[in-house]
Amino acid sequence: MRRPSERDGATWPVIVVILALIGVWYVGAILLNGPQVREQAAEDASFRDFVVQTWSMERPVLPAPHQIAAELAQSLFTHSVTSPRNLLYHAWVTVSAALAGLGIALALGLLLAVGIVHIRVLDRSLMPWVIASQTVPVLAIAPMVVVVLGNLGITGLLPKAAISGYLAFFPITVGMVKGLRAPDPLQIDLLRTYDARPWQILSLLRFPASLGFLFPSLRVAMTLALVGAIVAELPTGAQAGLGARLLAGSYYGQTIQIWAALFMAAVTSMLGLAAVSLTEALVAQRRGGRL
Amino acid sequence: MTDAALLSLEANKAAGPAPAVVAARGVSLVFEGGGHRVTALAGVDLTIAAGDFVSLIGPSGCGKTTLLRAIADLERPSSGELLVNGMTPSEARKRRSYGYVFQAPALYPWRSVVRNVMLPLEIMGVPRAERLARARHYLDLVGLREFTHKFPWQLSGGMQQRVSIARALAFEPKLLLMDEPFGALDEITRDRLNLHLHELWRRTATTVVFVTHSISEAVFLSTRIVVMSARPGRIVEIIDNDLPVSRDLGLRETPAFLAVARRVREALRAGHSYD
Amino acid sequence: MKRAPLYWATLGLIAATLARWLMSADKIGATLAAALIAVFALFRAMVGFARAEGWFARLATPVIFGLLLLWLWEMLVIGFAVPFVLLPPPSAIARAFANHLALLAQDFAQTYLHAVIAGYALGCGAGFLVALAIDRSPFLKRGLLPMGNMISAMPIVGIAPIMVMWFGFDWPSKAAVVVVMTFFPMLVNTTAGLAEAGTIETDLMRTYAASYGTTLLKLRLPAALPHIFTALKLNSTLALIGAVVAEFFGTPILGMGFRISTEAAKMNLDLVWATITVAALAGSLSFGALALLERLITFWHPSFRGSS
Repeated sequence: MRRPSERDGATWPVIVVILALIGVWYVGAILLNGPQVREQAAEDASFRDFVVQTWSMERPVLPAPHQIAAELAQSLFTHSVTSPRNLLYHAWVTVSAALAGLGIALALGLLLAVGIVHIRVLDRSLMPWVIASQTVPVLAIAPMVVVVLGNLGITGLLPKAAISGYLAFFPITVGMVKGLRAPDPLQIDLLRTYDARPWQILSLLRFPASLGFLFPSLRVAMTLALVGAIVAELPTGAQAGLGARLLAGSYYGQTIQIWAALFMAAVTSMLGLAAVSLTEALVAQRRGGRL
Repeated sequence: MTDAALLSLEANKAAGPAPAVVAARGVSLVFEGGGHRVTALAGVDLTIAAGDFVSLIGPSGCGKTTLLRAIADLERPSSGELLVNGMTPSEARKRRSYGYVFQAPALYPWRSVVRNVMLPLEIMGVPRAERLARARHYLDLVGLREFTHKFPWQLSGGMQQRVSIARALAFEPKLLLMDEPFGALDEITRDRLNLHLHELWRRTATTVVFVTHSISEAVFLSTRIVVMSARPGRIVEIIDNDLPVSRDLGLRETPAFLAVARRVREALRAGHSYD
Repeated sequence: MKRAPLYWATLGLIAATLARWLMSADKIGATLAAALIAVFALFRAMVGFARAEGWFARLATPVIFGLLLLWLWEMLVIGFAVPFVLLPPPSAIARAFANHLALLAQDFAQTYLHAVIAGYALGCGAGFLVALAIDRSPFLKRGLLPMGNMISAMPIVGIAPIMVMWFGFDWPSKAAVVVVMTFFPMLVNTTAGLAEAGTIETDLMRTYAASYGTTLLKLRLPAALPHIFTALKLNSTLALIGAVVAEFFGTPILGMGFRISTEAAKMNLDLVWATITVAALAGSLSFGALALLERLITFWHPSFRGSS
């Protein structure tokens, strides 16, 4: 069964789809904001005025794209980067927690994967739980972890990093175990004829072979870590971070603020994924272009 | 066992020229893509009569598969005239005039063996009882009656190809197009299947166009051998195979067989296939 | 099958239960002795089962490990008098389960039976249909698939407050979040699955002069099923996460997510853990059911036949 290459020439169609999406968005804004505008509008308002009004409400049901862009521009460029009025500051708060968690997850995940591959008891006892926990909504424990750690006096970055790390841990472990086990048994036999020790087999064969599995898992883990950090900001009414901004926006009915924070979160996750892919490309380059 | 093929060939000779099953005149096919132009076929002339078993043999790139696919309307000739049963290949295809056997069995793993053979009959709207009866009949013909309800992956490669052949025969086309069907099998299985196919052909009097890489396979199975060469793909020579229609594996060591094989090899050499 | 691990496991479980009982009777020395025996025996059992083959041994190892962890949790929390507001022992969680069964059932109905099921069905259905709709347009595919992949990677739960604004506080807004979360993985995977039918198989359909619809029904959809099931399984997890987390953003007085966040704030951690247990069971059982269905329907896929 063949593999398709539907990525060929994707730029033009993607642009068209995005433009179409923006078009639909503007129309949607008219439709969803319409009722409210109609209530407040003057009797003899022209259709053109009506449309313009639906696109410039203060608390619209659906903000128009340019409104979101304006809010973003105002937030990102008119305030200093360290000010809580700048979305970049909030983005950094969230991202730093996510990255911290990701780092811990990577270290622990690698360690555990090596253990699982080499120690049979670990494999048989622990691995089924690691796999099963991927079907469990781990994110649901976020409020509890935040509250409990708060009781212990641990607030700020650490609880968020803990949740992010916990979420990111599972795909990394599963991916690495798969990767470390990926080499053909023939290859392992060959190393055995050289009387190689297990740790040599690990460093010479298993680990290099696993990198092709590590990076896809890292992408999933990065997404999860970000979501974890955002969700972890919800329970205790945190002041800073993208999740906090989302919550604040929803409490005060500031729809444009919500959308701007959402957009920022989306961009942040895309950048995070790009960073992983860039790292992957750099590593691959030293190995002839392919992992 | 009726020797339908023998009877058909005799009838053909007696009746004089009959409408050809395949008539190609000046057929050319050029592939364009990625800045390259590849002339897969250049000016191919070929006539295949009913009941013939024609082998297309030649090196890689000589256009034999392309020609087969053009007959099947899986490729379109760039120029020239190609008629199947007096119609364009497209019309012939829409009338389900031929069965096609690929290099790989192409069986659907989610269907049992018998349901795989019934696939074309389902598509053509044959009623259920008749579908089952016909599928069972052709599975029997290829010697796989005990495997009716097994799944493809439970069969060996040779058996899967036999199912593929049964499937191609199930709707009883007058024309069978086969693209190196035994290429992926080991030689012993191949010999067995050659014999099998030969007996099938004799019983059903189907016209067969058979693409192969193997000289001995071509000589064993065919009534005519079309030797092709590459760059550009064209016919070098058409060799009539006068060996008796009734053949068994022992035929392969006889001088007559080897003589025909030598002619094929010389034709291949003339087409620069060994350069 | 060797009997030894089974005996060790039995010994270990008995010793563990004994240790727990002794601890509540305040007999420290005996408790420690029993506990040590329990740990030793259960470890021997795990190692023994890990070395053995067969489905029972493979199942026994993680189960014993899980039981060991649960027991350790219970012993350590009670033994060291860990504050309830930090970590309640499993026995307290079980009690909370029993005491609040009706409440937990209502929460489950609100979150799972309503938001998750409705959102899952709508989201997966829509994703599937859109994939079919764009199947004939390579242009649309090239445009939508990268977008779909991109959006799948975003924190979509963030749209929860917006959905509340559009659909109200009750479960429809949570279902809407689930719809958006499950739509894209289904779209991407169905499209990938529809491309799985091989060139030869598609040519074969052409030689039968089969119509687009026939080819879709008899070849491409069955060939797409493994990918579709991947998406269905992934979506079952996403749906539950989406519904529960969406409730963190505000919901009327019902729902698993609501229960977790409010009871956590009130320090009723036993109820929180009980709800988490319900969510965990719902998640793993849904996934398990789908995996079973997958095995039944796509029994023919190489991954189920074992490598040959």
